[in-house]
Amino acid sequence: MAINVTRRQFFKLGGAGLASSSLAMMGFAPEPAEASIRQFKLTHAKETRNTCTYCSVGCGILIYSRGDGSKNVEQNVFHIEGDPDHPVSRGSLCPKGAGLLDFVHSQGRLEYPQVREAGSSEWTRITWDEALNRIARHMKDDRDANFVQRNAQGQTVNHWTTTGFLAASGSSNEAGYITHKVVRNLGMVAFDNQARV
Amino acid sequence: MTNHWVDIRNANLILSMGGNSAEAHPVGFRWVTEAIEHNHAELITIDPRFTRTGAVAQDKAFIRTGTDIAFLGGLISYLIETDQIQREYVLNYTDAALIVRPDYGFEDGLFSGYDESTRSYDKQSWMYEMGDDGFVRRDESLSDPRCVYQLLRGHYSRYTPDMVSSITGIPVETIQRIWKKIAAMAVPDKTMTILYALGWTQHSIGSQIIRTAAMVQLLLGNMGMPGGGVNALRGHSNIQGLTDLGLLSQLLPGYMTLANAKEQEYRAYIDKRAKQPTVEGQVSYWKNYEKFHVSLMKSWFGRAANEGNNWCFDWLPKLERPLYDILDTFERMSKGELNGYFCQGFNPLASFPDRAKVTRALASLKYLVVMDPLNTETSEFWKNYGEYNDVDPSQIDTEVFRLPTCCFAEDDGSIVNSARWLQWHWAAAPPPGDARPDTRIMGELFLKLKQLYLDEGGVFPDPILNLTWDYKIPADPKAEELAREYNGRALEDLTDEQGNVTRRAGEQLAGFAELTNDGRTAAGCWIFTGCWTEDGNQMANRDNSDPYGTGNTLGWAWAWPMNRRILYNRASADLQGRPWGANKAFIWWDGRQGAWVGADVPDFPTHSPPSQGQMPFIMQPEGVGHLFAGQSMVDGPFPEHYEPFESPVPQNLLHPGKEKARNNPAARIFDEDREALGKPEEFPHAATTYRLTEHFHFWTKHAELNAIVQPQQFVEIGEALASEIGIVAGDWVKVSSNRGFIKAVAVVTKRLRPMMIGDKQVHHVGIPLHWGFTGVAKKGYLVNALTPFVGDANTQTPEYKSFTVRVEKA
Repeated sequence: MAINVTRRQFFKLGGAGLASSSLAMMGFAPEPAEASIRQFKLTHAKETRNTCTYCSVGCGILIYSRGDGSKNVEQNVFHIEGDPDHPVSRGSLCPKGAGLLDFVHSQGRLEYPQVREAGSSEWTRITWDEALNRIARHMKDDRDANFVQRNAQGQTVNHWTTTGFLAASGSSNEAGYITHKVVRNLGMVAFDNQARV
Repeated sequence: MTNHWVDIRNANLILSMGGNSAEAHPVGFRWVTEAIEHNHAELITIDPRFTRTGAVAQDKAFIRTGTDIAFLGGLISYLIETDQIQREYVLNYTDAALIVRPDYGFEDGLFSGYDESTRSYDKQSWMYEMGDDGFVRRDESLSDPRCVYQLLRGHYSRYTPDMVSSITGIPVETIQRIWKKIAAMAVPDKTMTILYALGWTQHSIGSQIIRTAAMVQLLLGNMGMPGGGVNALRGHSNIQGLTDLGLLSQLLPGYMTLANAKEQEYRAYIDKRAKQPTVEGQVSYWKNYEKFHVSLMKSWFGRAANEGNNWCFDWLPKLERPLYDILDTFERMSKGELNGYFCQGFNPLASFPDRAKVTRALASLKYLVVMDPLNTETSEFWKNYGEYNDVDPSQIDTEVFRLPTCCFAEDDGSIVNSARWLQWHWAAAPPPGDARPDTRIMGELFLKLKQLYLDEGGVFPDPILNLTWDYKIPADPKAEELAREYNGRALEDLTDEQGNVTRRAGEQLAGFAELTNDGRTAAGCWIFTGCWTEDGNQMANRDNSDPYGTGNTLGWAWAWPMNRRILYNRASADLQGRPWGANKAFIWWDGRQGAWVGADVPDFPTHSPPSQGQMPFIMQPEGVGHLFAGQSMVDGPFPEHYEPFESPVPQNLLHPGKEKARNNPAARIFDEDREALGKPEEFPHAATTYRLTEHFHFWTKHAELNAIVQPQQFVEIGEALASEIGIVAGDWVKVSSNRGFIKAVAVVTKRLRPMMIGDKQVHHVGIPLHWGFTGVAKKGYLVNALTPFVGDANTQTPEYKSFTVRVEKA
């Protein structure tokens, strides 16, 4: 695989010291700075390692965000590209992954908890506390009314079949683990994720 | 994947079937082109459509959807009859020589033990025969008529080239040409890799299609080999992780299973799963089940789990039906048997079959909770969007809560790719508005529920009140804390046989071999143990060096189990522990070191010498790969071709006139859904759903760039069908099944051609699935208006890839 070192990567490698000096010894010089203004922008960005959220090739990505990290300054993602060090993707992204930035900033992103009341044709904004209190109330009422400790044969089953849960194959292992820990120990069995379909 | 993405480059032949990786996994597909370019590999695609994968293939065939077992079953027969198998591998590393019980049989398309009233099998006869020594009987000559090899040979003798051709629609000469190329991989130093995706899983015989592929690979000696394996190209970024963590109705983390209601005794529950070797001296690693199980229970219940209460065995829910899968759940929901439902990053209105039934089901709920970064169709199932969602909100009483969550760019954590690599990522920015991570939402919700139980009491509060919850900020558990928890730690000092302390209490465990069944260790997911050790977070490793030049980068991220990159890799060496070929050297026995060494972490006891005779498939009680699936499948120990539940062909050509054997006899279908199946006369066209390269499910229609490059819903139809129904490219067509319809623009293409099935011409229709009524792309129809409510007999994965429709001018 040819090694094309862009100007920006070359400067980044400069931070790694040894790597850049040995690369230079091997004769890799930076290519002309054909997009030097954009590279300049990235130089001041915070670079964060992440993984593409779509299919399961697991391409490495680098997310660039702005905001200097000082108090009350929030980072804002403005550029995403493939991670050249990644052994599978080697810096590539496909047409799906190339649009990741637009997913992060999609106008379809939800920002606040909402409720749609029975029979209503609209959403109402509510607070997190209201939302979670109402949901917890529903869950407990249903669980207390329908939890089965023993079945008709007198066997201990301790399950709750009247509320179900679909988990997210786009979420992290940590979200998956805590979801399983909570859901299963409430007694739920109607519990699946996208692996079922 | 048994192997991994980069390893594809080591293949000599790549069989792409039931998937279209060039479009669905484009960056992973680069390793296919790498193999073609630099390893002189050939790519063969077998697909109903001419895809972009097929466009760069050296050879290809077009197959009628849902007939893959016929093609692969015929291949098995060809390999056996022409003696093109890797004989030493088959004899030693598979169950070919094992003897099966005399009461096993197969007649008129049904295996022994079938009960028509329950549509299920009694699997008693599907077993190996035990000898007087308590171990399985075997015949090294492979000539006993009841050895697996001879049964296999007999079973597939019916799959002649002519029969395969008449079922699949592939011409005989194409079939034979491709079989010949595959058979050339039976030599020890050549390998074929098989790549598949949902084109195999989404059938009523899906699991058996994949098993047939695994059987082919065993016969060719390609399992455990670099450039070999059976490789599931999974569809979501962490669908592997959620499967590993057991978020499925019958599972616990690490592929442990919940007890069913009949299993009331803890010891019997463990003993059934802690499988002991059935061939003398084999590893049978599941024999350690209790260590994994007790460690999970200690992780969840801490001190409350102890030997006296069977480690809280009764606190876990028990199953009263085989699965509470999504089809079962939505069937029950549609009958008003559920009150509440949660959709965490899941859009069932778009993703589940028979959309009309899904709508009816959701409308019968009392409450629905949607947790998602995006405004999904499911969250607005009650809202009228004209023809795209024709409902009356005033008639729907479901209370719907919509909770905004973070997306990948806004949380820390790990996800598992298709190659089982756990890769850690970091948040790059805070989420928009007041969105929160799923971990925090689950944490707060749990604490509120717990408080209600503390305040009010309630039914069976024990597991809620005793669930371990020692997070620094209880309402907001951090990813690092949760990762350390599923890795596991010592609760007390661990000692070796001499009494030396090997692990101090409180330390992170380095691997699952440290787990104990006496409560001294906790681990939330035993197969992940080793990912966060005393040396820190292994998932964040970033060394991409490849010291053996095999494409194996052990220093990049961390793979389960134990950072092994190719499963069953002991099988890459012969009985004496030598690589099968110099170009396939991967793991071998080093007599001087007394250890297995090489490019990977051995998937085998490191110091077990070849002379000890332990075989490579360490999770199986026999130590060998299974050509005969005695107990693992519900619908037969050998795969058999059955027609899709909706098929343009009126009968199963292998079993003409045998109605019971037309479709998978063990697949479950509810009465109402059987009635909703279409008849070939009314719905004559074979249909299949799929993805486009520019889109990801129903997500990217919310992303502007993707919406610009593929803005509008379309269906693909062949030129012959277009002229038959009088349409040209760009016309609107209506595609109907017996359950609903969609309208879309017609793309008239040479990529889909009619096939001759028996004496009948069958047209295929291709239906991309990415549109809906929310997002920034043009609005479209959810394609699951069309699909049937029936699933695979083993997994209940819906049959989205084979159903029938009628196409007409809109």
